[in-house]
Amino acid sequence: MLTLNVLVAISLIYVIALFSVAYVAERRAAQGKAGWLRAPMIYTLSLSVYCTAWTFYGAVGYAARSGLEFITIYLGPTLVFIGWWWLLRKLVRIGRSQRITSIADLISSRYGKSNSLAVIVTLMAVIASTPYIALQLQSVSLSFSVFAPAEGTPDALADQRTTAMWVAIGLAVFTVLFGTRNLDANERHHGVVMAIAVEAVVKLVALLAVGAFVVWGMAGGIGPMLERIDQSQVAAWEVEGSRWVGLIFVSAAAVITLPRMFQVLVVENADEGHLSTASWAFPAYLLLMSLFVIPIAVMGLERMPEGANPDLFVLTLPLSEDQNALAALAFLGGFSSATSMVIVASIALSTMVSNHIIMPIWLSFQEGGASVSGDVRRAMLRSRRASIAAVMILGYGYYALSSGSEALAAIGLIAFVGAAQVLPALIGAIFWRGATRRGAAAGLIAGFAVWAYTLYLPSFGASGPMSAEFLQNGPAGLSALRPQALFGLVGLDPLVHALLWSMVLNTGAFLAVSLMTFPSPMERLQGAQFVNIFEHSSSPRSWTGGMAEAEDLLIMAQRILGAREAQSLFVTAAQEQGKTGYLPEPTPDFLALLERELAGSVGAATAHAMISQINGGASVSVRDLMAVADETAQMMEYSSQLETKSQELEAIAGQLRDANEKLTELSIQKDAFLSQISHELRTPMTSIRSFSEILMEGSLEASERQRYSKIIHGESIRLTRLLDDLLDLSVLENGQVVLNPQTDTLQALLDRAVAATTAAGQQPQAIRIVRSQGAETITLHTDTDRLVQVFINIIANSIKYCDAADPELRIEARSTGEELWLDFIDNGSGIPPRSEAVIFEKFARIGDQAKAGGAGLGLAICREIMANLGGSIMYVREHQGAAFRVTLPIHLSQAA
Amino acid sequence: MAKKVLLIEDEPNIIEAIKFILSREGWEVMAHSDGASALDAIERIAPDAIVLDVMLPNRSGFDILRDLRSKASTEALPVLMLTAKGQKRDRELAESYGVTHFMTKPFSNQDVLERIRELTA
Repeated sequence: MLTLNVLVAISLIYVIALFSVAYVAERRAAQGKAGWLRAPMIYTLSLSVYCTAWTFYGAVGYAARSGLEFITIYLGPTLVFIGWWWLLRKLVRIGRSQRITSIADLISSRYGKSNSLAVIVTLMAVIASTPYIALQLQSVSLSFSVFAPAEGTPDALADQRTTAMWVAIGLAVFTVLFGTRNLDANERHHGVVMAIAVEAVVKLVALLAVGAFVVWGMAGGIGPMLERIDQSQVAAWEVEGSRWVGLIFVSAAAVITLPRMFQVLVVENADEGHLSTASWAFPAYLLLMSLFVIPIAVMGLERMPEGANPDLFVLTLPLSEDQNALAALAFLGGFSSATSMVIVASIALSTMVSNHIIMPIWLSFQEGGASVSGDVRRAMLRSRRASIAAVMILGYGYYALSSGSEALAAIGLIAFVGAAQVLPALIGAIFWRGATRRGAAAGLIAGFAVWAYTLYLPSFGASGPMSAEFLQNGPAGLSALRPQALFGLVGLDPLVHALLWSMVLNTGAFLAVSLMTFPSPMERLQGAQFVNIFEHSSSPRSWTGGMAEAEDLLIMAQRILGAREAQSLFVTAAQEQGKTGYLPEPTPDFLALLERELAGSVGAATAHAMISQINGGASVSVRDLMAVADETAQMMEYSSQLETKSQELEAIAGQLRDANEKLTELSIQKDAFLSQISHELRTPMTSIRSFSEILMEGSLEASERQRYSKIIHGESIRLTRLLDDLLDLSVLENGQVVLNPQTDTLQALLDRAVAATTAAGQQPQAIRIVRSQGAETITLHTDTDRLVQVFINIIANSIKYCDAADPELRIEARSTGEELWLDFIDNGSGIPPRSEAVIFEKFARIGDQAKAGGAGLGLAICREIMANLGGSIMYVREHQGAAFRVTLPIHLSQAA
Repeated sequence: MAKKVLLIEDEPNIIEAIKFILSREGWEVMAHSDGASALDAIERIAPDAIVLDVMLPNRSGFDILRDLRSKASTEALPVLMLTAKGQKRDRELAESYGVTHFMTKPFSNQDVLERIRELTA
């Protein structure tokens, strides 16, 4: 049996070989001899990071446990590469033309370069990938332990952890060395890709070798093998439709959206043409990887003792047959699967963490200092390395905390579902111009939250953050919120359930919010660039093969720059070219210079389009037009802003005009009011002055003196009352009145009013008051004094104005349920229709002034009082005599 | 024969005061308190002078004055206008209609006497 030490030595040699491959690849790329590094096959092989240790070892275990279902994990990507490779091509084209560095960057860039979206995607990726990295570490340490029992270590788990730690450290060193060597804007890592490609070959060869040994070495050929399969329980598993569909969908999504897949598929892609090779070669690779899964599983179940871990059949089968070399190869295959995944995942995650979280924070702390490019470069490298270390520490930490638990085994599919949450925003990004930043954020957050709630958190089991109680009955017993039966959806496989809900809510939120919100100009522009990527020219913007005539260029330049400036530019350029005369040769350099000059006046895009037009070599591309349109849009935006401003000013001017008119009107009203007041004050004062002068003369009879004193006295009282009324009205109108609510029956209040008007004694004629006693029993809670004041005013008016021979005032109370209606109807001739409108105005007096005896403020005061009490007073027309209706809401007026 | 003064005014106390002042001095004073029928009263009574209030029931003193001046028979009738509104604008309006004298309330009895003396001289 292979000893552990030999195995460690093999691993070390293998690792050194990988380092060398990566190093050589980097060297050659740096020397510009990257030719064979850019072969389509290398690209295809690098895509194999899809096949992690979970696929290498796990597929066999999966088949042993659930039969053919493992095939879905290969079917999804196969379908994408064969059927949807145009989607991949679009992604790759966008990735290149927009210099996309990660999936978070793509989402952020498309939705208006929103860093908050990038942060969301990054956090999601880290949360979903960390357990996945832990799973790889576990598989490596587990595979080491397969060789270890012979030495009888008592503390196996601790040993495994130590192994995992060393593996993590080694991977961190490798990734830092080859993942952060250069800061190419395209984020391509030739060394890493090369090493991954080598590992891809190793794991494929290892699995094929084990498979071949199982079929021809153990079973004795294809025929006997098929017989064994037929008899095995592996073939007996029933296919569960919903799980198959769900798994195919989720693995198809994951092959695009997993951070490491995006890294190799889009970011590391050197040539779009490689995709056409990959579209058949990668499915072929997957087919080869899955070819011997079933035979190995069947043989393992047959030969290995009961309870042996089917995940390790790839290793344990050769070992049980004493095929040490084969076992070592299998071990290297598994090791390759695990390490390639961890390396690429940590590069992808560290790029995201560093670019979208650490660097923005770092830059915000650098005020102005960041302009030194060396500083930024060093900071970026440091931040990238720190991020790699952090990702690795997270992965190891997760492994150390959860190793041995069931959680890890299931994490592969759980991570797939988590990664798939980016799919709606991604598809929307490249196919739907109406998709907005807010929509993307809403979808991502909704999908991710549902994923975490229904799948990720429950995966920790009852010892995790969700108790068995919680899983069984939902939070606080809310069964609609049970994590594995959300909104009462029971009977589904937990994975399918989580996938269904997260994708439905994710897509729903994305669509709904996108439709409700409006994209910003930046989002619109990026959206158009992404969705219509293929319509844009991908040719580099340099001037070659020009057919421009210098004279044409000069004519155009003069129009834009002005004659003198254009000519001096051309003459200088001609002199520099060593030409006599004023026309330079239209070389690419000169065209570039001219473009820059023109851009200063008309904008970069327009300048480019103009020169393109004259140069003729390249017709104006859609992209140029787009850029021109963008510039025009900006100008239009400015102009529309100006228009808005001017509209605002106009509106303000209008408001000022209105305010002025209102003030003028108020001023007129104030004049009229003062004029009225003046009249009301001067009239009694006239009598007072006149009679005082008469009295001062002396020579009067006693009876005359008596009479005139009385007039003076009466007029003084009239003045006082007028002033009282004015003050009262002013308080009521300003709303400064303090109400004093009391409770009394309507009957008692009317009694008080009637007593006050008839007991005054000075009324020339009495009036008969008829009341509907029965209805007056209602109890009111209001300012009763004020209400009585209103009643007195109305009754006094009737006494004054009712011109019937036998004056009578009927007071009728009635309740509508909500309001109290109180009608005061006399039998006089009423108020002339033309006066109805003015009786409630101040100083409105109808008819004989002497008879009225007041200043005409009574009804104005009544109206204000009723408004203050929440009711109203109005004149009722349909009666023959004068009729006033007082209404008061009962809910306000009734005693509590 | 005593000169006749017609008082067109709706405040009973003011009527009484002016009546007292003028009748003491020998004028025959009559009063009318409605604006609408004031012109008829003037026609009927044919006073030597009138004292005219502005704020009258149904018709304003300004309207009455304008009508007086537009009729040949009353064109030159002396009119003392008394108003409690006392704004400059009112005085100007009255003068433009051809008022003989304009006074604001409250007035001094002496002033009223002198003005009426002038008007009926």
